Amino acid sequence: MRESTIMKVHYGTALAAVALVAVHILMRLTMGYSESLEYENVLANYKFVPYAIMLELILILLSVHGFNGLRVILLELKQGKMYEKAVSYGCLAGMIGLIAYGSRTIIMTNMGMV
Amino acid sequence: MAQVSSMSDGQSSTMKSITLKISRFNPEHDESSQFMEFNVNYEKWTTVLEAILDVKKHFDHSVAVRYSCRQATCGSCGMIINGKPRLACFTKISELDSNVVTVEPMNNFPVIRDLAVKFERLFDTHQKIKPYLIRDDTELESDQKEFLQTPEEVEQYIQFANCIKCGLCNSACPTMATDSSFVGPQALAQAYRYVADSRDKGKDSRLKVIDDSHGIWRCHFAGSCSQVCPKGVDPAMGIQLLRGYMLGFRD
Repeated sequence: MRESTIMKVHYGTALAAVALVAVHILMRLTMGYSESLEYENVLANYKFVPYAIMLELILILLSVHGFNGLRVILLELKQGKMYEKAVSYGCLAGMIGLIAYGSRTIIMTNMGMV
Repeated sequence: MAQVSSMSDGQSSTMKSITLKISRFNPEHDESSQFMEFNVNYEKWTTVLEAILDVKKHFDHSVAVRYSCRQATCGSCGMIINGKPRLACFTKISELDSNVVTVEPMNNFPVIRDLAVKFERLFDTHQKIKPYLIRDDTELESDQKEFLQTPEEVEQYIQFANCIKCGLCNSACPTMATDSSFVGPQALAQAYRYVADSRDKGKDSRLKVIDDSHGIWRCHFAGSCSQVCPKGVDPAMGIQLLRGYMLGFRD
């Protein structure tokens, strides 16, 4: 993929994540902060499908943005064909792994398996 | 090894003196650089280059320094003067407002010896961005003798045409210090110079060259390149304008 396409995704995910995290924070303010972190309330968030979809989107946006940021930092730290390939594929694997693990949690909780 | 020498002959009443600290390093037999100190007299118009040449003439002819035009046109005498990348021929000692003037080779360039550095990386990246007008037609094939431009079209790029390839911007760039493959502000500013030129038709091929994992996107907009340019070029702005083309904000 061309670097400009990757960076467009990078900037886009940053903007979208800011918007969705803002919604997430506002939703936490609908009740007392400590109350919103109670076990039953947290589970209720996951079971409410629109909210679960939003959490999934935040997970994807932050994973894509974060791992691409890490790739950029690592590419600037050191150069070399093998190293750069390892960094790019490593970050891609890390991103997919984190999204898969986070999605698993969201889906399992949403389906009442937790 | 520090050496203190002084020059007093031919001293006029308006003359003052400073300590000139010159970084000495020969990669063939030195492990690290060392400073040599010289007491040098100066008038208010004396430049750092003239002081270095005085040292070469009177104290140590082996000091390696690259220079040519002495009028900030050739871009040969770039060096770190009192911690900042500057042209030695364009920097008056009196303007530095210091009794000690330290000169070192430019950062982010391999040292040949003392103050002389290798320019291969700068010239390679400059060449890579195709620093010439790209067109299918030519003056010879066309009925027109010239490719005319409006003053507004010239305004788009003329500032960037003042680049003298002195390398001070690359020396000041923090990304150049860590990323050995980074294109650098000099080449990116020149890429913008040609992309913004209404006579040029090579935008796509040029943007392709800099749209790389070590290309334009690795600039963090520190802006130090623009601060040190002796010709008033603003590479940081050129890079941002170039990003406008990459992101589709400009045609």
